[in-house]
Amino acid sequence: MDTSSGGGHKKGPGVKKPKKLSTRVDLTPMVDLGFLLLTFFVFTTTMSTPKGMAMNEPKDDPDNQLKVKNSGAMTLLLGKDDHVFYYFGELVPETISQQFKSSTFKEIREIINTKRKNTPIGDLMYIIKANKDATFKNAIDILDEMTISNVPPGHYAEVDITPTEEMLIQKTEEANPGGK
Amino acid sequence: MGRAKIPRKSTNIDMTAMCDVAFLLLSFFILATKTKPPEAVPVTTPTSVSTKVVKDEAIVVTLGRDGKVFLMLNDRKHKDAIIDDINKTKALGLTPAEISVLKKQDFIGMPFNKLKSFLDLGGGIPAAKQDGIPTDSTNNELADWIKSVSNAFAGESIDNLNLLVKGDNSAKYPAFKNIKTAFKKADIFKFKIVTNPEGIPADSELGMNPPKAEGK
Repeated sequence: MDTSSGGGHKKGPGVKKPKKLSTRVDLTPMVDLGFLLLTFFVFTTTMSTPKGMAMNEPKDDPDNQLKVKNSGAMTLLLGKDDHVFYYFGELVPETISQQFKSSTFKEIREIINTKRKNTPIGDLMYIIKANKDATFKNAIDILDEMTISNVPPGHYAEVDITPTEEMLIQKTEEANPGGK
Repeated sequence: MGRAKIPRKSTNIDMTAMCDVAFLLLSFFILATKTKPPEAVPVTTPTSVSTKVVKDEAIVVTLGRDGKVFLMLNDRKHKDAIIDDINKTKALGLTPAEISVLKKQDFIGMPFNKLKSFLDLGGGIPAAKQDGIPTDSTNNELADWIKSVSNAFAGESIDNLNLLVKGDNSAKYPAFKNIKTAFKKADIFKFKIVTNPEGIPADSELGMNPPKAEGK
């Protein structure tokens, strides 16, 4: 198709032939754009694979309550603002102040670990209790700590908090507001 | 002495081929990416060292930041059976038209007593304005839903039932406990919690002595 002769004019000697423009386009910016989008998609896809943490709840059976040895038990309490409290064995009214200790998620791993090493595996039991100010994240984090410390499944359990413990947490939080 | 003249070559390279490759890869990744499943409410999940991948075809209980609970029936095969079952067991008296609206919903977040009027309006209320499924101890409707779910899976292996809890970091613990209670009421003791992966600390017990492949 001849498109060079605009308007159906006859080509005369005086009519200048239009210069043929090159059809080559610089594709560099297009390549840039292509790779930019490509990297964006690669990164966003691999990042969003959700993982699942398996949970096995025990069956509620009031006749068959698990008995835990005092020497092997450690109770972890979760409170407001990512606070963790803990005590070993059973709370005895006379020695509550020495037993009941405050900690954080950073330090608790060491304590869990020490306890695990110093206790015969048959007696070992971590009891996890959370009060109403604890968050979902706290509950998952502490279960994750159990996995990180290689505590075998069946040696930790989530239990409802008792009023005494609730009160102790409140007292400790009042004693050092904004504490550690 | 005449020096050999090095011919000057053009530095322009033909970019067409490279452009082709870039866009080929780009279109591949766009097509291969699964679109994100619709979310009832925006949720930031906690992190864990778990590496188990969760399946998409699952029953997802979403726990929002404010403690609202939504149910997503992403298991297409069983969705209809679950909805028919809840209508029957709870005597909701939904008309076929209402049921078909309910089946089209991506997520369910209305208590039973408001469900009918919600569906009559076409179900177009955004998640943030829905009430959430009640889970408190006096009126645990989530337990009824989960019972219907397990009814729909009756006769199948329990392993086919993928029950996921997707909770927000700042949701309060009692809300999570209520969900667990609902599961227990429906005699379901196994479920998974959706988490973001996190690296195993190298100096931890798990990092130093990884357990042998077990629990499969």
